[in-house]
Amino acid sequence: MMFEEVINLRIEKHPILNFPQDRKIIFFTFNGTLVQGYEGDTVASALYALGILKLSESIILKRPRGLYCSIGNCSSCHMIVDGVPNVKTCITLLKEGMVVKTQTNKGEINAL
Amino acid sequence: MLYKDLVIIGGGPAGLKAAAVAAKAGQKALIIDRFWCLGGQLIKQTHMFFGSEKQYAKTRGFDIANTLIDDINQYRELVDVWVNATVLALYSDKVISIYKDNEYIKIKAKIIIVATGASERVLAFENNDLPGIYGAGSVQTLMNVYGIKPGNKLLMVGSGNIGLIVSYQLMQAGVEVVGIVEASDKISGYKVHASKIKRLGVDILTSTTIKKAIGIDKVEEVILINLDNEWNEIQNTERKIKVDGVCIAVGLIPLTNLLSMAGVEMKYISELGGMVAVTNDLFETSVENVFVCGDASGIEEASSAMVEGMIVGLVATKKLGTEIIDYESQLSDFKNQLNVLRNGPYGSKIRNGLKKLENKLC
Repeated sequence: MMFEEVINLRIEKHPILNFPQDRKIIFFTFNGTLVQGYEGDTVASALYALGILKLSESIILKRPRGLYCSIGNCSSCHMIVDGVPNVKTCITLLKEGMVVKTQTNKGEINAL
Repeated sequence: MLYKDLVIIGGGPAGLKAAAVAAKAGQKALIIDRFWCLGGQLIKQTHMFFGSEKQYAKTRGFDIANTLIDDINQYRELVDVWVNATVLALYSDKVISIYKDNEYIKIKAKIIIVATGASERVLAFENNDLPGIYGAGSVQTLMNVYGIKPGNKLLMVGSGNIGLIVSYQLMQAGVEVVGIVEASDKISGYKVHASKIKRLGVDILTSTTIKKAIGIDKVEEVILINLDNEWNEIQNTERKIKVDGVCIAVGLIPLTNLLSMAGVEMKYISELGGMVAVTNDLFETSVENVFVCGDASGIEEASSAMVEGMIVGLVATKKLGTEIIDYESQLSDFKNQLNVLRNGPYGSKIRNGLKKLENKLC
């Protein structure tokens, strides 16, 4: 899968907060494509920065799901991370080499 | 099974203050939080707090979080902290089941303080589940913790203080706020916040709501509609607006799942945000030695959450048998601080809610 355009939603200038642009870059894969985020990102925040908003699909109707709460309450951001399904990607810090996949079902045990 | 005297579930303003007061009196405590750092929702608050100096007024939320964490760090030998640890279950015999580092752990505690905070209310409208439609707190987290814009053109739904403050913060992050819609016929937040938004050229549309979101894999447009005084839709007032995000700021619900699970007596109090635990005046629930404080006990401000945490930390420490010489004077000071915070016209909703809760106890 290729991304049509490079989207960057990172805040570069802010009157109160400072988000250094020279933070350590972390590489990971999203559905097989090599992408990057920064140290300090969660899996979901790194994807959102790239304009990737769809993280999972609803179990029955397969509707797209993205972040709703971003603090680990709502389960809307469940993804398969390093083969483990139902990972709350909004509170899971990004690590080098993570293999991240969109989750489209309840999660299968044999994925482990 | 591990055995602990005092376990605090949630490391936000209430939980951190409870731990600090306990530790100051020499009491050991374990704080469990599912996030990767402490501070709860203070870490994303870039605005300065109102209230009195005792609750850090005129200080930005994330700075308050740092102060509270520093306080805990002074007592490293007494306060144990588990982050990235999710409490899965709470039982009436005070056994806590936790998921941490790919392991399931059980703890039996003498006293448990539930300081789990709140979750965001959702609003019913067509396609409200599309990516790009977020709770207001979620938008704050993305922007102020991770430095990421939730979109470039957002609609805010709800004109309470959170809706107004987050609209301002969106603009600080360089996001266009296309407008704020409010279903009732007047702005529900403080005038000082609303005026600031209006001065920046953002319209606050009262008697207006979102009818429908449109988009395939993410929100691309919304349909707004006017409401009459009985909250009915007025036909032929629909209009379509292009957005790439919608922020829902329609209130919070106390996060009480664990309390319900432990068999705590609950009551629905709309003024407090929904189902809340019935407690005595020292925040102890109907299950002995299970306490609740902060937004989990009823939606209020972070300042009151801190004071509630202080009360519960003090009471729990005494109940565990640690001697506190100035217990009575500390308790009355904390209670007084709480009363001051709830004074005045803005505290009337909370006061009414608490009155209803007290009636239940009689």
